[in-house]
Amino acid sequence: MSHRLIELQGVTRVYRTEAIAVEALRGIDLSVDAGELMAIMGASGSGKSTLMNVLGCLDRPTTGSYHLGGRDVSALSKDELARIRNQTVGFVFQNFNLLPRTSARENVELPLLYTPEPLSWREIRARAREALEIVGLADRSHHTPAELSGGQQQRVAIARALVTRPRLLLADEPTGNLDSRTGLEVMDVIQRLNDDGLTVLMVTHEPDIATFASRTVVLRDGLVRADRRTRPRRAAHVLQDWQEDDDVVLPPELDEIGAADGAGPAAGVERTDEAEPTEVRA
Amino acid sequence: MKWSAVPLVAGRALQRHPMRTFLTALGIIIGVGAVITMVGLGQGARHEVEEQVNRLGQNVVLVFPGARQLGGVSIGGGQANTLTIEDALAIRDEIPEVVAASPEVRSQRVVVYGNRNWFTRIYGQSADYLQIRQWPMESGAMFTEEDVDRAALVAVVGQTIVDELFEGADPIGESIRVRGLPLTVIGVLAPKGMSLMGSVQDDIIVVPYTTAFQRISGRSHAMVINVQVYDQASMGIAQDKITDLLRERHRLAPHQENDFTVQTQEEVAQAATETSRIMTVLLASIAAISLFVGGIGIMNVMLVSVTERTREIGLRLSVGARGRDVLAQFLIEAVVLCLLGGIGGILLGLTSTNLIAAYAGWPALFSREAMVVAVSVSAAVGLFFGFYPAWKAARLDPIVALRRE
Ligand SMILES: Nc1ncnc2c1ncn2[C@@H]1O[C@H](COP(=O)(O)OP(=O)(O)OP(=O)(O)O)[C@@H](O)[C@H]1O
Ligand SMILES: [Mg+2]
Repeated sequence: MSHRLIELQGVTRVYRTEAIAVEALRGIDLSVDAGELMAIMGASGSGKSTLMNVLGCLDRPTTGSYHLGGRDVSALSKDELARIRNQTVGFVFQNFNLLPRTSARENVELPLLYTPEPLSWREIRARAREALEIVGLADRSHHTPAELSGGQQQRVAIARALVTRPRLLLADEPTGNLDSRTGLEVMDVIQRLNDDGLTVLMVTHEPDIATFASRTVVLRDGLVRADRRTRPRRAAHVLQDWQEDDDVVLPPELDEIGAADGAGPAAGVERTDEAEPTEVRA
Repeated sequence: MKWSAVPLVAGRALQRHPMRTFLTALGIIIGVGAVITMVGLGQGARHEVEEQVNRLGQNVVLVFPGARQLGGVSIGGGQANTLTIEDALAIRDEIPEVVAASPEVRSQRVVVYGNRNWFTRIYGQSADYLQIRQWPMESGAMFTEEDVDRAALVAVVGQTIVDELFEGADPIGESIRVRGLPLTVIGVLAPKGMSLMGSVQDDIIVVPYTTAFQRISGRSHAMVINVQVYDQASMGIAQDKITDLLRERHRLAPHQENDFTVQTQEEVAQAATETSRIMTVLLASIAAISLFVGGIGIMNVMLVSVTERTREIGLRLSVGARGRDVLAQFLIEAVVLCLLGGIGGILLGLTSTNLIAAYAGWPALFSREAMVVAVSVSAAVGLFFGFYPAWKAARLDPIVALRRE
């Protein structure tokens, strides 16, 4: 009883540079129902990011049609596209794209500053807090990106994508820059959002991550080469198993390295302390 | 869009580079400060000229040496040596419509009383000068014709002199010295009022013109002859008769131009106002150029800022900001920068006007309009010079902007 959210027909995207034209997408037909959790895979340069940009209304197809929630998006004006980016789609970038030197809370508030109907500051604060709670970062809301780990930054980026309560979440390699443990945590957040009805499309290189999706589409040279549905694994379960295995103590040689690392900075400080006055005197 | 967020974001962006913000604002600070100072000085000069002209008295005709010049006004005038004391006496004695005539000579001198001294203007005038000027005495008496005849060492002083040299005490009968020449104070002029300019007018010492010519100025010719005519109706005739008389006395052939200028108070006022207006406009335009240069600085910095923040712009666009939201963001940032400069400029302008007024002795006026104009102009400068960078930012494509390093 699910309905169509995305409908792509013969979508192409040609990048024209001075010398040559690159056909990044060569005729994509794809439909996605509301509530799906889809992984998009494919070799580097196969057009995944290009497709995501088109889906996220950041870019327009060169030819072909794109219907989002029943509306033909390819015909919309720039301002109408901006509105869709604000209200209907949440985009998580591969490299987080958080504003530097700006707190997590303010980063998450950013889309709320551009809602078609201006919200009150109280509403903006409440929604940002809610979004940070969903990704489990409410206690880090005053930290700037530089003060957050990679996984935490990615979760802030997800919170920002969620804050306007979109129907569609697009994530370009949401775990690409993370270690596998943190990647699992992010996947857990995404799966729980999907449980609540959010449609999610994510690009990934890792077959492992694709196993958490209910559907996997493979691109090659700008065309859909495979499209299969699978029974998704639960990231929460994997995490749980991991935690049980992980209680093991570090092997002794690693432990030593850890100790040496701990002593390192202290020794360094001592050395500079001695060195500096000498230089001043000289 | 949430408008109240815009100035916050602008403020934060400016805070991030305090030195750059300050230096950029400095361009505007100097520009606005210069405009305010120049307009203030220009208006002050104009005001003083108007005051000087207005206090000339009633039915007054002024005779200046030299041919008619642009704004042949008493300030700085009287360069040519064509008017003699005898000319003044002849005007008074031979023209029935003329009631009084005073050959004027001015000098700027340091005046000493006890251990105090004061730099002021000393006017040589005839005994009926105060009648021409309609200037009453506060105490004591004006010098007489007899004092003039024998070049008596007497002086009548203005209120400022009483305040500055005598510290408010009664100066009558006291002796003041001008370059070693002792002058006995015999009268005090009524103060001209409480205005800023009033004190300038009151900064004056009047002595018999004979004394001034022989003992103080070292000049032999009048800088101007102040003439009072019997009534308003006779002004035209009097002017003609003065002209004829002086042409005859100066033995000018019919083809020769007048070597003097006869003007009524109104004519003087017009010319003077026109001159000072031109001066104000001139000064203000020079200042405006510096404001313009400040504006170019704003544009430059905003362009740098847009380039630096391309990713931020891309991000804002990607989360739903429209082109015009980005445009507004950068425009307001430029305007905030300019307004900061505008406020700083007002402070600078007031300070420098004050300093110039205090040390150079130039009269200055703080005009509220000039400040309002300065601030509006600086906001306009922000809008004008901020527009191009903001427009550039607004036109960016979100993905291109995000991909830029
Ligand atoms: N702005 C651009 N201008 C020109 N060519 C581009 C541009 N962006 C992408 N391309 C080209 O389009 C093709 C698809 O690029 P895209 O970024 O979509 O690949 P991808 O599948 O996301 O690869 P990766 O896994 O490495 O991120 C590539 O050949 C790339 O060189
Ligand atoms: Mg990519």
